[in-house]
Amino acid sequence: MRWKHSKGCNAAAAPPSPCGRGAGDGCRGGLVKAGGASLAAGSLLLVATPAFAMHISEGILPFSWGVFWYLALLPFLFLAIRRLNAMAREDLSMKPLVGLLAAVVFIVSCMPIPVPTAGTCSHPCGTGVAAILVGPLVSVLIAAVSLLIQALFLAHGGLSTLGANTFSMGVVGSLAGWLAFRAARRMGGSLAVSGFLAGLLADWGTYAATSLILSLGIRGDAPLWPLFTKVVLAFLPTQLPLGILEGVLSAGMVTLLYRKRPDLLLRMRVITDKELPSNA
Amino acid sequence: MPDRKRILKILLLHATLLPTLLFAFYVFSLAPKSWEGVDEAVVEKIAKEHGREASDPLIDPGSGDLLLFGFLLAGSAGGFAAGYYWRQLTRKD
Repeated sequence: MRWKHSKGCNAAAAPPSPCGRGAGDGCRGGLVKAGGASLAAGSLLLVATPAFAMHISEGILPFSWGVFWYLALLPFLFLAIRRLNAMAREDLSMKPLVGLLAAVVFIVSCMPIPVPTAGTCSHPCGTGVAAILVGPLVSVLIAAVSLLIQALFLAHGGLSTLGANTFSMGVVGSLAGWLAFRAARRMGGSLAVSGFLAGLLADWGTYAATSLILSLGIRGDAPLWPLFTKVVLAFLPTQLPLGILEGVLSAGMVTLLYRKRPDLLLRMRVITDKELPSNA
Repeated sequence: MPDRKRILKILLLHATLLPTLLFAFYVFSLAPKSWEGVDEAVVEKIAKEHGREASDPLIDPGSGDLLLFGFLLAGSAGGFAAGYYWRQLTRKD
């Protein structure tokens, strides 16, 4: 689906500076900054240059495969809603973190980034960092809501392919990122290195899953694996560098949150007691 | 001399950064101007080879300013929400 979009494509919203208790003017300033950041994000998204959406478009998958991926997604969504309710009951302070990650995943996953070596645009997923910080299940829910809004109002993906797109970006992306992060941490990797690997593998995992879903849906009588290999090879020039970029973004977000709110990372078992900074 | 070293460092930094930036812009100018998304360059192209074509979305904003407005709203709302929740997270209390 053709739409006009930014050429620069960099819509990271600069966060407002923190304001202390009772700092009314500071808080208003923070809100103004947040508004400014949002306008900047919006305007960066909207420098008019032709570009295209990135998820599997409406109508590409046959109806039966569309239904299949919805059914495959349902158990994950059910568990995700249960997990989110449990988290909200246990600790209300997790709500802003979930809200922040939902906004980040929404912006990041409809933000085309040009890759000069390939001459195409694609987008990071954001589900890797979401899976690290709130767990893979909640990350699935975040991806589902983001993709639903994009499919409904931004002609980005489609309703018939929503189950497939959410399965690849939400389920596979989140699990790949979360598993990579946990494995790297167990092997003694630092927070930044583990975050980088999580972002990298979440992105590559998402596009590997998209390739498989697409190949399964469109192959007809053709053999699966040659078609799958063809799709993966076609994605490679764009997604290889974007995966690295997503790794850097994920590492940056995790280390930034570690500096600002290490207690949240401790509660989500991202870090251990020993890794808490002395001033936390 | 420390001053001379500092000047040399600054010169070296400029000598490295400026050609890198120029090269980056040059590479961008070489790439196809349409900057296709991978959905068109990969997904839709391969799907078409296998007899599947993309259909219009349920709510079709077309390719004009209405969709641009949709992205403006989405970018603004997403950026505002991210900033708002970040502020809540990093509040001292």
